[in-house]
Amino acid sequence: MIEIRILIQHPMETGYRHDDVGHLIKRNVINVLSCRYNGVEVFRADLSSGISANPYVQFYTVAEASGDLEFTWIDDEGERGSERQPIAVKG
Amino acid sequence: MKRRDFLAGAAGALALPGAVRAQVDPPDPLVRTLAGGAPVRKGKVTLVLPQLADNGNSVPIRITVDSPMTPADHVKSIHLYSERNPVPNMANFYLGPRAGKAEINSRVRLAGSQRVTAVAKLSDGSFWYDAAPIVVTLSACLDES
Repeated sequence: MIEIRILIQHPMETGYRHDDVGHLIKRNVINVLSCRYNGVEVFRADLSSGISANPYVQFYTVAEASGDLEFTWIDDEGERGSERQPIAVKG
Repeated sequence: MKRRDFLAGAAGALALPGAVRAQVDPPDPLVRTLAGGAPVRKGKVTLVLPQLADNGNSVPIRITVDSPMTPADHVKSIHLYSERNPVPNMANFYLGPRAGKAEINSRVRLAGSQRVTAVAKLSDGSFWYDAAPIVVTLSACLDES
């Protein structure tokens, strides 16, 4: 079993704050964060403005075989981010 | 009004908050919506929050569920609810037997002192929850920081 920690650099703008001239800043948060292990989804999270800026999520998975862990996220503005992490399982 | 009637009325008013509290346990009406009428029992889930947070913008939270995480018996999802945030459903986490261990750590924003609730849905369709109170000195979300 392995522990996975994800830290994404993202403002997680709540949509309740105003800028310097009083305009509401549009909400922009990461909606979906998912983790695929060799193409199979092992973890998914629906996030909201209730999650801190630069979201941190830690979870576990069983290391079944060598391969790739792929993390992807999408925010309100449709921006996507992804990260791939190879994993080697021996024995 | 006779003194006796007044006293009876006052006692009734005092008893009411207790009765209401018993009804809303599990706390959030949204939790009942999530469960769709199924009972949400206290137990299995452990929610760990600091008792006091100086800053509600980033509060560490840990949710663990007592489950063997086998294909036959595992946690399907964990849902986090806030009493006072403008968006009460803070996050939903979906996991399965491949997680090996039902534990999630994250950081949440909290708009003031309140009770936070974590609900777990198990593979057998049952719902379990835990709730924890927290005092937040500086609120998140609504202040212009």
